[in-house]
Amino acid sequence: MSRKILLDKIGIAGIETFPVYRSNGGYASVEKALKMQPADIVEEVKKSGLRGRGGAGFPTGLKWSFIDKKSGRPRYLVCNADESEPGTFKDRFLMEKLPHLVLEGMITASIALEANLSFIYVRGEFRWIIKILEKAIVEAKEAGFLGRNILGTGYNLEIVVQTGAGAYICGEETALIESLEGKRGNPRIKPPFPAVSGLYGNPTVVSNVESIAAVPWIVNNGGAEYAKIGVPKSSGTKLISACGNINNPGVYEIELGLPVKDFLFAPEWCGGMKNGKRLKAVVAGGSSVPILPAGLFLKTANGEDRLMSYESLADGGFATGTMLGSGGFIVYDEDQCIVRNTWNFTRFYHHESCGQCSPCREGTGWMERILHNIENGHGKMSDIDLLWDVQKKIEGNTICPLGDAAAWPVAAAIRHFRDEFEWHIKEPKECMVRNFGIAEPAIV
Amino acid sequence: MIKVTIDGIELEVEEGTTIMNAARKIGGEVVPPAMCYYTSLKGSGGKCRACLVKVAQGSAKDPRPMPKLVASCCTNVQDGMVVLNSTSPEVLETRRGIVEFLLVNHPLDCPICDQAGECELQNFAFDHGLQKTRSEFHRREFDPIDIGPHIKLHMTRCILCYRCTMVADQLTEERVHGVLWRGEASEISTYIQKAVENDFSGNMIDVCPVGALTDRHFRFRNRVWFLNPMDAHRNCSKCSGKVVLWMRGEEVYRVTARKDQYDEVKEFICNECRWDHYDTKDWVVEGPRAVEKWSVITANKYSKETVELPEQLFSKLDNAKWDSFEGVT
Repeated sequence: MSRKILLDKIGIAGIETFPVYRSNGGYASVEKALKMQPADIVEEVKKSGLRGRGGAGFPTGLKWSFIDKKSGRPRYLVCNADESEPGTFKDRFLMEKLPHLVLEGMITASIALEANLSFIYVRGEFRWIIKILEKAIVEAKEAGFLGRNILGTGYNLEIVVQTGAGAYICGEETALIESLEGKRGNPRIKPPFPAVSGLYGNPTVVSNVESIAAVPWIVNNGGAEYAKIGVPKSSGTKLISACGNINNPGVYEIELGLPVKDFLFAPEWCGGMKNGKRLKAVVAGGSSVPILPAGLFLKTANGEDRLMSYESLADGGFATGTMLGSGGFIVYDEDQCIVRNTWNFTRFYHHESCGQCSPCREGTGWMERILHNIENGHGKMSDIDLLWDVQKKIEGNTICPLGDAAAWPVAAAIRHFRDEFEWHIKEPKECMVRNFGIAEPAIV
Repeated sequence: MIKVTIDGIELEVEEGTTIMNAARKIGGEVVPPAMCYYTSLKGSGGKCRACLVKVAQGSAKDPRPMPKLVASCCTNVQDGMVVLNSTSPEVLETRRGIVEFLLVNHPLDCPICDQAGECELQNFAFDHGLQKTRSEFHRREFDPIDIGPHIKLHMTRCILCYRCTMVADQLTEERVHGVLWRGEASEISTYIQKAVENDFSGNMIDVCPVGALTDRHFRFRNRVWFLNPMDAHRNCSKCSGKVVLWMRGEEVYRVTARKDQYDEVKEFICNECRWDHYDTKDWVVEGPRAVEKWSVITANKYSKETVELPEQLFSKLDNAKWDSFEGVT
């Protein structure tokens, strides 16, 4: 269960330069794709069962097949590299270490979508990555894999690296498009979806860096071969960025379907809990997904072992499950305070809300202030129910999913760790000295 | 023409109609409230979430209900769609939440606000809000600023509906104000104190649903419910010249555009009509303006029922029919 597709060449010295990457089999998918029919490439990606790696898990091939090719308007591919979710740092690693893999995926995907202009929208804070990507683009251009008349086939493609200004909301695809157009990064009201009317009103596909990086392997080896990796419905490999109280934090490529117990405790991956502490809770897919207590995380409500896959993690719905999300794996040991953590997440969403629609603009700030009160010993018992009510009125009532993302962590924290909230209110002095060890940690 | 059912009332509308506009054809309780949607402003709507409704059946072809509540102002009706508005407890509960969110940072200074009495937020909160606030936190504060010779901006009261920026985009030559910052810190402001001065800038005051943008010439001079709105018109080279004069005795206190029953202006007026003609001699006064009966502006004045009948109607009625004509009071 340790097959590597994206990071298989990571150990080769100088892999970030074009000659080394090319001599190790790089850009073969571009050569192959240029000989294929664009529709066939989309078909291969569909067959592979690749699901969007940005968080929502929407099938990538299906998304590509929605793009409007009949109208004859220009089509665009946009690579979403605005990775800003707390706990997620996989795209940064990929772009920093393997810029040519991302570029190869961009070219191949552009051929499939018949796009002649593609964009990589990089998060504003990733200044150094812009330089890495632009250097890679220059190298690819000199080698004839980019620009006019690629490899003499008459296909033209330009890739533009565009930087954001440091807004989490610009990771939402329509806000990203607005920002790319030079406007305020406010999400658009859907429908129309970007596949019909996206960048400059033209059909656009927005895909995550990791989804795009998986495309070369799929084109080289065929979609059916990719579908064999992993488990049904969650095929392929996924980058997981693990952090928190574990021995080996870092970015790991795992085959989907790996038992979470193995991932968490095997020395090959996270390597168990740091300092021999006990596991208290895990956020499995970036700050937006519901937090799970240790018991529910390792085993589903039915008593089955949980696997690292879209289905298994979502088993039980939000009552007892969570989501794979974008793969930001945050581990908490017994000393960590869930209230403080929830407050910290909510503070982030309050800061990052675009302010367009009222539930998210006002609700996130309200939740943050309530949580701040509870965390600092000024809470009331009624605050917990109020918090629950506020999050419920945000969820599902906003223009974009940021409202949901702000509501879910709060809901899950109250659902699973209500006793800890109550303890903060009953013992305001105790909680001020940061003595948090009250929830029952799982003993594994 | 396609069929749609809203709160159990079936009607036929043209394809491409939004749920909001279909509901407005029925009128009354069925119409969802709107805080940001404005018919005559392109691209408005979808932001305040006050108009969320439940779609119990997507269409005749695909009868599945929609998973989330949808914004009725920017969702088109489908053939056979079944919409629940005031008959759905879920919708009403959500709407209570929206009122609460809009009021979390609102100063609730209605007693000293010029918009009181004609404020859309006040009406919305009155219809759907809670009796008391559950938020005990500090509300955001701003100093009132002049954004030009005619308009005062009270950012504290703003609900960020974006209507005024759309007026500036669509009615005036260039927009010199907009939304700055992000999230809860968002504010409407001008670009480096640049004054908003434009022939149609006054319409920003009319479209503002709350008291964020107020008329500097009218501020603190009178309460709207003491004034008598009179329809009037004049020949204007820039606009339709159809306005409402707000009078007390013989004195004109302010001039605004005509708002319909949904507080929307259909014919925008120019600043000359609005601010340069405070004398009744400049106007052809048509008569009292019909105001919705529930509005506080009608208080102690008149209502639709007591408006005098046109003379033509009297002449057509012969004496025999006159006896049975009891409907008019």
